[in-house]
Amino acid sequence: MTEEELKPVIFRLLKGVAPDTEPETLKPDDNIRTTLEIDSFDYLQFIVALDEQFGMDTPEEDYGKIQTLHTLLAYLFQKAKKTV
Amino acid sequence: MIEFRMPSLGADMEAGTLVEWLVKPGDAVRRGDVIALVDTQKGLFDIEVFEDGTVENLVLKEGAKVPVGTVMAILNGTKEVVQKATKLEEAGAAREMPREVIAPVQTPPEIKASPLARRIAKDLSIDLSIIKGTGEEGAITKADVENAAAEKKQTPEQEMRAETAQQPSSPKEKTAATADSIRMAVAAAMSRANREIPHYYLETKIDMRKALAWLAEANKQRSVKQRLLPVALYIKAVAKAAAEVPQLNAYWEDGLQLKEAINIGVVISLRTGGILIPALRDAEKKSIDEIMEWINEIIPRARSLNLRSSDITDTTITLTSLAEGSAETVYGVIYPPQVALVGLGSISEQPWAENGMLDVRPVLVATLAADHRASDGQIGSRFLMAFKHYLQEPESL
Repeated sequence: MTEEELKPVIFRLLKGVAPDTEPETLKPDDNIRTTLEIDSFDYLQFIVALDEQFGMDTPEEDYGKIQTLHTLLAYLFQKAKKTV
Repeated sequence: MIEFRMPSLGADMEAGTLVEWLVKPGDAVRRGDVIALVDTQKGLFDIEVFEDGTVENLVLKEGAKVPVGTVMAILNGTKEVVQKATKLEEAGAAREMPREVIAPVQTPPEIKASPLARRIAKDLSIDLSIIKGTGEEGAITKADVENAAAEKKQTPEQEMRAETAQQPSSPKEKTAATADSIRMAVAAAMSRANREIPHYYLETKIDMRKALAWLAEANKQRSVKQRLLPVALYIKAVAKAAAEVPQLNAYWEDGLQLKEAINIGVVISLRTGGILIPALRDAEKKSIDEIMEWINEIIPRARSLNLRSSDITDTTITLTSLAEGSAETVYGVIYPPQVALVGLGSISEQPWAENGMLDVRPVLVATLAADHRASDGQIGSRFLMAFKHYLQEPESL
């Protein structure tokens, strides 16, 4: 999957946990949680959704690596490489 | 005989609108069954019965808006009396309610109608309050009642919806309308709290290093769905502290009334503004995992305005915990008739002096807002120190 294909999936998952936000407006280096005002509970639900979508298991110590769109995409690509 | 009354779904509720009966006379009901849908300022609620029994008579008509404590139905039960929720809160709720929120409920004598129109309306079971009169000074005439009866026959479904509270058509509008009324409900409860409760505040800083390390370790062994959030520890620590200092797990209603059960209300903020406070019942008996399961289940339901009456009644103490990355300290306002509220800020790294050494630690600032009529600073301090103790020894929770 390319970055342009991944983004809509991420936006959809974010929209799932926080229906009244507009993830499309996120800039690459915006902090996802603070920009969309997602609390720790909803962020955990987002990670659950990510894991289900991409069939991975994100350990808690990696939460810090997926704070922005930019780092989240990098994290997903890195995970994909490992599984291939 | 059991009188089933409009329950008080929190100190801020004055009245509710019966939207729909889910039972009919003769039906057997069991404790926990949802028997009615009630619309409040906080949205629609499933209303449950608290005893086994049989429905004898549905007193209240669908669409009627009545004050808390009004008899809705008569049930026949084996044991005397139901609705623990109502019983407990009714007295306080009915005695002194903030008046700024809901307009007084219309009572029949205020409706202008001819005696004949009244009699026909009664015979046909038509609620006069929903009819627009065309007679002198808007009085309801026989013809108005007959027209209303004809309409009701044609479209009973639509009729019911139309009268059950100017319900906006689209879900989005509905949410916006509910958000507005939640705002007003919070305003009423908080105004009452500030007017009646002499608050005092205590504060302590808690080193969270051990608790966070314990959580990280616990979460390594859990799938992402079962992972624990710090709030699960907070709830458990509040429950244990409340068990140690029962004076703060109480109501102030004509004096101090200690509560046996520890039902912790957890403040959940809605994205559209406003808060809902569902309660975890018997929190001291729950394990950390059970508390987390409750959180996982209740937050989505609260945020989609889908709570049941039993979720928000009988709260004995409230916990508000700010989201990560927000303010470090919160001084709360107590929800009457409760007598205490625990306020937790977001954890931040701070310089920490201990044993003559300086270090940097993740620090949680915990505050207690307590009712000075019900307790004094010494008791409040004992509570807060117990809470701190439990968070510093997470393995004891």
